[in-house]
Amino acid sequence: MYTTDMSGNKKAEVVAEDPEELAAFEARVANDEFIEPKDWMPEAYRKTLVRQMSQHAHSEIVGMLPEGNWISRAPNLRRKAILLAKVQDEGGHGLYLYAAAETLGTSRDEMTEALLSGKAKYSTIFNYPTLTWADIGAIGWLVDGAAIMNQVPLQRTSYGPYARAMVRICKEESFHQRQGYEIMMHLAVGTPEQKRMAQDALNRWWWPSLMMFGPPDEKSPNTAQSMRWRIKRDTNDELRQKFVDITVPQAEAIGLTVPDDKLKWNEERGAYDFGEVDWEEFAAVVRGEGPVAKERLQARQKAWDDGAWVREAARVHAEKRANAKVAAE
Amino acid sequence: MSDPSKEWPLWEVFVRGKGGLSHRHAGSVHAVDAKMALEHARDTYTRRMEGVSLWVLPSAQIVASDPGDAGPLFEPAEDKVYRHPTFYKIPDGITHI
Repeated sequence: MYTTDMSGNKKAEVVAEDPEELAAFEARVANDEFIEPKDWMPEAYRKTLVRQMSQHAHSEIVGMLPEGNWISRAPNLRRKAILLAKVQDEGGHGLYLYAAAETLGTSRDEMTEALLSGKAKYSTIFNYPTLTWADIGAIGWLVDGAAIMNQVPLQRTSYGPYARAMVRICKEESFHQRQGYEIMMHLAVGTPEQKRMAQDALNRWWWPSLMMFGPPDEKSPNTAQSMRWRIKRDTNDELRQKFVDITVPQAEAIGLTVPDDKLKWNEERGAYDFGEVDWEEFAAVVRGEGPVAKERLQARQKAWDDGAWVREAARVHAEKRANAKVAAE
Repeated sequence: MSDPSKEWPLWEVFVRGKGGLSHRHAGSVHAVDAKMALEHARDTYTRRMEGVSLWVLPSAQIVASDPGDAGPLFEPAEDKVYRHPTFYKIPDGITHI
């Protein structure tokens, strides 16, 4: 899944750096070369990456919660096995990304602490509740669909470990989207009640999915810098448009209606015109006022606290065994 | 605050995609010992039959060349084109060479 670049409200600070090294770095990036962990990089580049990658990782991990909520209530064994695999993938994606972010010198525990203290953000989308089974369909189709849209260009992002993690993630993400669409497809041809359920899920997830691309370009001051550094490859609005253009026909194909009365094909642009996202709502969710924001963080905090003795016991046990081995030699 | 001495050490993971291929770096995992590192590597990097064999080793044990030395290390090979077969012009009529 995906994170939104939510901290786009403050500009990355500029630190005085060796102009020669900076110029060489900028030239390499402009030339589409990859930057690797031990290479020289500007402090702001490192900071922006740690922020973006850790937020992305947190989103994968927190993203396990809304779907995990339905594993025990999946309608049949096939769906249950699929959902289990998907949720496990999200955990895996989080781990690829944490590992990639750690190459920048920030430890896993530091990142976890930043999440739990509220200092680091995760994608706003996961602060909405999953009310019915159809939500699992809508999440796979729309949320993972939006994630793919965001992630595909990141496979060419300038930081090598991030790009490589994204290649792996993108390979796996397509299954997520297709299984979600399949759920919606089946509900849409089911009983009237099932169809209503599918439409209701689309109604509730459509706008939050569009918010996943982040604030409009004119309100995303970091975009220019991030694009110059090839940390980001397309603007928020470009990706949002692309997502709408691809998704609307998919909804129509299964007889569902996108909840936007301003939605209209624009022949001249060769794209859909669509209504304004409620940016007030987005801002509120970013501030932590999402419907289930508190529950999400509480669940993470509980998992962290409940696991503390396991982490400690495993560490001490390994230490003891290593010492015993040394003593025996 | 986090205490770095209590964090599980980092291990690098290498996966052999299939018989006949060499192991290739896939990413890293945290684990208290080699056995756990293998288990985590298996769960994290081979959920889709990506491998038939795994290597894990403590990240701290890897010795890497310094990117700053890339010039002196690798550039001397640049002007030795005669190490490549295409350097030699062989007339068209000559075959199997």
